[in-house]
Amino acid sequence: MASSSSSNVTGIGAPVRRKEDHRFITGKGRYTDDINQPGQTWGSFVRSPHAHAGIKSIDKSAALAVPGVVAVLDGKDLAADEIGGLICGWMIHSKDGSEMKAGAHPALALDTVRYVGDHVAIVIAETQGAAKDGAEAVVVDYDGRPAVIDLATAQKAAPVHEVSNDNTVYDWELGLKAETEAAFEKAAHIVSIDITNNRLVPNAMEPRAAIGCFDEGTGNYTLYTTSQNPHVARLILSAFIGIAPEHKLRVVAPDVGGGFGSKIFVYAEETVCVWAAKKVGRPVKWTCDRSEAFLSDCHGRDHISHAELAVSEDGKFLGLRVKTLANLGAYLSTFSSSVPTYLYGTLLSGQYAIPAIYVEVDGIYTHTAPVDAYRGAGRPEAAYLVERLVDRAAHQLGRDPAELRKQNFVREFPYETPVIMTYDIGDFDASLDRAMEMIDYKGFDARRAEAATRGKLRGIGISTYIEACGIAPSKAVGSLGAGVGLWESAEVRVNPTGSVEVLTGSHSHGQGHETTFAQVVSDKFGIPIEDVEIVHGDTDKVQFGMGTYGSRSGAVGMSALANACDKVTVKAKRIAAHLLEVPVDEVTLTDGVFAAVSTNETLAFGEVSLAAYMAHNLPEDGMEPGLAEKAFYDPENFTFPAGCHICEVEIDPETGVTRIANFVAVDDFGTVINPMIVEGQVHGGLAQGIGQALLEEGIYDKDSGQLITGSYMDYTMPRADDLPTYQVDMTITKCPSNPLGIKGCGEAGAIGSPPAVINAVAHAIGNDDIAMPATPQRVWRSLQESA
Amino acid sequence: MYAFNYKKAASLSEAKTLFASGDDPLLMAGGQTLIPTLKQRLASPSDVIDISKLAELKGIEVSGDGVVIGAGQVHASVQNSAEVKEAIPALSALAGEIGDPAVRHRGTLGGSIANSDPTADYPAACLALGATIHTETRTIEADDFFTDLFETALEEGEIVTKVSFPVPDKAAYVKFPNPASRYAIVGVFVAQKGGKVRVAVTGAGSKVFRVAAMETALESNFSADAIGEIAVPSGDLNSDLHASADYRAHLITVMAKRAVAACG
Ligand SMILES: Cc1cc2nc3c(=O)[nH]c(=O)nc-3n(C[C@H](O)[C@H](O)[C@H](O)COP(=O)(O)OP(=O)(O)OC[C@H]3O[C@@H](n4cnc5c(N)ncnc54)[C@H](O)[C@@H]3O)c2cc1C
Repeated sequence: MASSSSSNVTGIGAPVRRKEDHRFITGKGRYTDDINQPGQTWGSFVRSPHAHAGIKSIDKSAALAVPGVVAVLDGKDLAADEIGGLICGWMIHSKDGSEMKAGAHPALALDTVRYVGDHVAIVIAETQGAAKDGAEAVVVDYDGRPAVIDLATAQKAAPVHEVSNDNTVYDWELGLKAETEAAFEKAAHIVSIDITNNRLVPNAMEPRAAIGCFDEGTGNYTLYTTSQNPHVARLILSAFIGIAPEHKLRVVAPDVGGGFGSKIFVYAEETVCVWAAKKVGRPVKWTCDRSEAFLSDCHGRDHISHAELAVSEDGKFLGLRVKTLANLGAYLSTFSSSVPTYLYGTLLSGQYAIPAIYVEVDGIYTHTAPVDAYRGAGRPEAAYLVERLVDRAAHQLGRDPAELRKQNFVREFPYETPVIMTYDIGDFDASLDRAMEMIDYKGFDARRAEAATRGKLRGIGISTYIEACGIAPSKAVGSLGAGVGLWESAEVRVNPTGSVEVLTGSHSHGQGHETTFAQVVSDKFGIPIEDVEIVHGDTDKVQFGMGTYGSRSGAVGMSALANACDKVTVKAKRIAAHLLEVPVDEVTLTDGVFAAVSTNETLAFGEVSLAAYMAHNLPEDGMEPGLAEKAFYDPENFTFPAGCHICEVEIDPETGVTRIANFVAVDDFGTVINPMIVEGQVHGGLAQGIGQALLEEGIYDKDSGQLITGSYMDYTMPRADDLPTYQVDMTITKCPSNPLGIKGCGEAGAIGSPPAVINAVAHAIGNDDIAMPATPQRVWRSLQESA
Repeated sequence: MYAFNYKKAASLSEAKTLFASGDDPLLMAGGQTLIPTLKQRLASPSDVIDISKLAELKGIEVSGDGVVIGAGQVHASVQNSAEVKEAIPALSALAGEIGDPAVRHRGTLGGSIANSDPTADYPAACLALGATIHTETRTIEADDFFTDLFETALEEGEIVTKVSFPVPDKAAYVKFPNPASRYAIVGVFVAQKGGKVRVAVTGAGSKVFRVAAMETALESNFSADAIGEIAVPSGDLNSDLHASADYRAHLITVMAKRAVAACG
């Protein structure tokens, strides 16, 4: 939607500086750990040192004797209070129609621990130090047992949970099995690949934290927590875990320093803090340290897959079949079951017209930290698999990778894939062409030859990805097993003076909503963003909302906001018409001014809002005073951001070190509210995607189940000097299904980039078996082997 | 972190007295190794004796044939010292490759070598340049100083006061950093002085070590080609997630060649 007034410098499309940044970069943010409550105690968790063990006994006496320790609570105390376990909110069914096998997930272990870091007890004390001293003094008598760590063999190992004797949570399928088999029968070429999607540790800058409070006077609970979706947390804590009735529990997610999915979930720690607050009669605060975060935050990805592409003689894709093992860790986290199924299998068509696709996914238990959504959630896994496979097909058929892609692009929309998605719009040629132009694809051979003179191996890799955002139409996800609806809410309150408060169910944890949501309002009313305040993250202030993940805040949250704004405009115009004594359809709203076309009379936005609240002279038809409107927006379809990433690398064959020489990202996000923020989102996503491709990997010891990469000494977080200067551009097709035409941009960088990087590395070293992360050692070894 | 008594020493002798009177004391210079250790509850000293401000451990002096650096000099001061850059450019460059700016403005030369971290950078410079380590009571040759993994010739409570580095004719340090920690997976310091060559390797073994075969080869022909075929046996080398022993062995040769080439 075009800006309602061209003179609006803070409306849609304006590269406005982020309103929140001054607070963040001057240390004035208010994160959960910055909050302190009168009488507060500190909690520290006793965590399992074993990947798998029985708990024979827990001796609290020494801990209780530590000076300052107030209480030690364990799983039995929790059970005695009839506090339920943590839940997984998306029911996945196996091929035979049976329900997924969810093992019990108590917030404090009862008789068994199932991964290193599993929560066993909480020690509550006067200070954080005393709580930690106390936690060390709790004596847990463990009966160590063999751990199931290796994903590939887990189905043959002893069960992690009694509910599944082969460690299979579900065996899920999607697509056209018979048609796919038939496609392979007639294929001239079959291209196959075995592929691993490495486990990632999210590493939000702010570690998780929680403060549980209980007010004896009112019987009300308050939980301050690092959440991406405070209402969902409240719903789960009340309706499923049974901490308190929903109306007696307030959840506040203040400034949150990054989430990347890892703060969607309801974890044991916040559950225990809010429950324990009533038990000890004082607020209980817990702040995770980084080592604890490595062990206990939900991890991401961790798939192994075998995939085959059936291709005709002349290069048309005929069919795709995929078998994936998805590591879900020791327990099913909040949305874990949906990530390798409906957020993954549904995207396996990529940007291509593939008439027959069939995918099977086994969700697997292992004695490792739970695995759930992480920036991209399912779509990076799909894009990586498809884009690596397509590159291999080009290689095998002796075709140019760009040409082969183009030959198979979807060009007519809407396009229904065999994996239940309906792509609404896109222009895949436009983004590929632009990216090839920006990177000077034609000039690559000369650059490669020049690199060779310096002893370097140069390679180029393409990824043409598609993903699905705006999660999601409630009806659709409900039919697929989601335990929630995925609409969003907004309330627009115009104050008497004409300033505006927006209450949104979306939650900003770094995305810049205070700026971009204000831009939508600014655009709609023609008022400056300074006059708009965005309120979010507090269930006592904001109406029920679904929160932020899956790049949904633009496509869903802003749609609700736009609709609420439009309702305000309708009412405000009626008031203005009444005051200006003209028919309502004669009133325009431009730059914050209501004007009557025939009389040239005007009223400022604030004059109309004041009139609405003074209510001295409202239209005679019984109009209510006030100017505030609410909207709940439920999308009709997913949105489909897509684009092309091209990466050029240079490899030092002596050391195996890969440097990214050039990286181009051309994305189609639909309408862009703030190009500067969108570019920032792309940069951050690319850093994470390149991190996955070259640097990051969560590794457990195959026998002991200890997390080997449990700190920054061993887990390679991307740093500025690991990353190139990106070249970013956009080609835009507006999303037809939502009022602003937005598709979403938060995850695309992390989705599109890994295959581009690995395709480039494979091209450089002439070996496309190279796995992520392509570390120097791995690349060097690969070169040794092919030498 | 466990509770401890923090004591700031005003002089070397006070540091000694404070150390002697503590139950289980530890010295702290920049704290860049010690504080992470304390935070992870891997050490529980009764007293932490802060020696970061001792005047006796400060100063950089360059004379005709030697550079003497106080143990309390932070890495950034060595990195940025015009005199060190002039006398032993490889040493100031090495200091500039340690950690990040924050670490370089707190971490000290004394703390780095007293720790004998097998992946630290300074030990390679000490060994290759044939440095002498001074303590409040004696001097120790670098060859005798680094005794094992996190072990040195220092006695309990003995304080490194300064290190004197002879000025080489040529020297260079080339580091292959651990992609995660940025400590050395392999760091090779090559120094030539009066026909003698010393090649010291950090990161690869349980402690910093010299490679005699490379030294001999370079003494007769100081060129990268002279050592291209010399490989350190991988048997005694470290092996971890980031680099197996054979990869490390390979990297030693590559880094050594690059160091020789960088000597010009
Ligand atoms: C993020 C990070 C990255 C790093 N990267 C690198 C790197 O790339 N390369 C590298 O080499 N190092 C690296 N380091 C380590 C850094 O160089 C430290 O400064 C150094 O190892 C210790 O010096 P310090 O002054 O901080 O010592 P402290 O931490 O204060 O002390 C370390 C030990 O030395 C003892 N000690 C200190 N001073 C003396 C003295 N004068 N006499 C006797 N004993 C003493 C202490 O008792 C203690 O046991 C890194 C550190 C960090 C935190």
